[in-house]
Amino acid sequence: MFDATLHTLPHKPGVGYKPQHYSDITARPGPLGWLEIHAENYMGDGGRPLAQLRHLSEHFPISVHGVGLSIGGEGRLDPDHLTRLKHLVGWLNPASFSEHLAWSTHDSHFLNDLLPLPYNAATVTRVADHIDEVQTALGRKMLLENPSSYLAFAESDMSETDFLKEVVARTGCGLLLDVNNVFVSATNLGFTPQGYIDAFPLEQVGEIHLGGHDEDQDDDGAPLLIDSHGREVADPVWALLEYTLDRSGAKPLLIEWDTDVPEWPVLAAEIARAAGALNAVPA
Amino acid sequence: MTVSQKDFTAGILDPTRPAPEGLLDGKGAQTSKRFDVYRNNVAVSLTDALVAAFPVIYKLVGDEFFRAMAGVYLRTHLPDTALMMYYGDKMPQFLKRFPPAQSLAYLPDVARLEIALRESYHAGDATPVSADVLGTLAPEALMAARISLSPALRIVRSSHPIFGIWQSNMIADAPALVKRAENVLVTRPQFDPTPHLISDADADFITALQRGHALGVAMSKAGQGFDLGALLGLLLRQGAMTHIS
Amino acid sequence: MSKMTNTLIVASAVATAIAGVATSAAAEGDEKCYGVSLAGENDCAAGPGTTCAGTSSVDYQGNAWTLVPAGTCATMELPAQADGSARMGSLEALERDLPA
Repeated sequence: MFDATLHTLPHKPGVGYKPQHYSDITARPGPLGWLEIHAENYMGDGGRPLAQLRHLSEHFPISVHGVGLSIGGEGRLDPDHLTRLKHLVGWLNPASFSEHLAWSTHDSHFLNDLLPLPYNAATVTRVADHIDEVQTALGRKMLLENPSSYLAFAESDMSETDFLKEVVARTGCGLLLDVNNVFVSATNLGFTPQGYIDAFPLEQVGEIHLGGHDEDQDDDGAPLLIDSHGREVADPVWALLEYTLDRSGAKPLLIEWDTDVPEWPVLAAEIARAAGALNAVPA
Repeated sequence: MTVSQKDFTAGILDPTRPAPEGLLDGKGAQTSKRFDVYRNNVAVSLTDALVAAFPVIYKLVGDEFFRAMAGVYLRTHLPDTALMMYYGDKMPQFLKRFPPAQSLAYLPDVARLEIALRESYHAGDATPVSADVLGTLAPEALMAARISLSPALRIVRSSHPIFGIWQSNMIADAPALVKRAENVLVTRPQFDPTPHLISDADADFITALQRGHALGVAMSKAGQGFDLGALLGLLLRQGAMTHIS
Repeated sequence: MSKMTNTLIVASAVATAIAGVATSAAAEGDEKCYGVSLAGENDCAAGPGTTCAGTSSVDYQGNAWTLVPAGTCATMELPAQADGSARMGSLEALERDLPA
């Protein structure tokens, strides 16, 4: 039976799914309202990963989050990868599909990192063309996520928020707002995170991400933040979330933890905190 | 001043090159430290993928050697798809030629076994036939029967004791290593790939089945000393037969 | 061996094989999904800072290597020698003893 509630992301906390939490998640979801998976991990032919996903998708809305499409790549999108993605999205019929404003493949070599783009007219055209191709292939709207930035390009002549608005205007895609990425980029590049949120088209946001970052040091001793997803969400990022939710209203809110993944109770505490932040949003 | 993705990629992979010009820190100054973040992300994430893919090779050579070797591998064998679960498929050939690993001639075959286990884990699902189906066939029909095997089944042949080496690194209280050539059959009952030690005759029989030969023909390929009952029993118990016609 | 003998051997072997297969009920529901998962997945996290593998001064051409394998290969217990003495040591030695 088609259950419509499984095909929309609720305005509740979700978590980035890790297989080691399978039994915890199926046993006691608490305020957990949905799950996000990385598309590439479910592009195998079968076995346990797909069996788990089939089972979970009967109980939770699923967000498919791609990390390997290289939407900002100078070359064409990998047709084989797009075919695999189409297959996954086709059988799973997830509540959402999202990808990154980044590139990761050059000359058919995959670098396994989300690499940065200059913000100018040429990049807008390339990214918009690739998003058109993805949305046409999948037959659905996608969300595009703002990156964590460690550097800026001399050749950029527009802001990230203007860049994203232009891509949305050309393609009709939605946006995934990663509040931790905003904080990391703002610290690394010297802008105010609240100013970024003020300029962000919040009405286009279909999902919000929260994750932990590490602190390193720049050459001059200033903090250089790394988007490691390996610890709790930092307090100033929770504050920035509150600032954002006050302006955007409630949204599906994801906790991401990808490295040094902790036992379930640690994640459950982050989920509870996210639920608290959502409950504080005026209806 | 534009930074092409070609130049960005070349800079990432070669730490001796300066960062491409036109990359700025928050104050608008040319930066190389910030570029190092990407250099590090790429190298560490691909190295970690290899550590996860080859747990036995990792244990055999140790952390320091493995990570340094991974640094060489990733720079000569970048992934050609975004699927990290299959990264490292050229490791056996790489190990054969990598001078610092030449003293351990069994490494390439151990890598082949680890790749087989990983492929098996992600292979397609298939419903096994029940033992009864085999029992209903008359002897003549059995001889002519063609047996399809699970997509998760793999065979790795080696002139080294790869099964023993795998066991001694992956399971507690593993039996002592025996100096000999070993072949491994990988099956996947339910979802967990399982290695089994098999004889040359067993491997020849299974290979013949994979090539589409009838059971009687496959038996003759296996030759003398082949224990058909034992092998069929193993394949049935492991759910490795998916169709009999 | 005649064709007839072979056929009989096969029939007998199949009977043995079937007799040895215990009927086991398939796992129900999500039980079957639970178990050890292989790592090595894609994720969207960044690595640990700026000063690790990506910027190391190791010569990636492999010319200036001083490292030697130093894991379990150095300590795996080898079978007893012909003279009956047990030994510990690198499987390196095992290599030399194997036929080419």
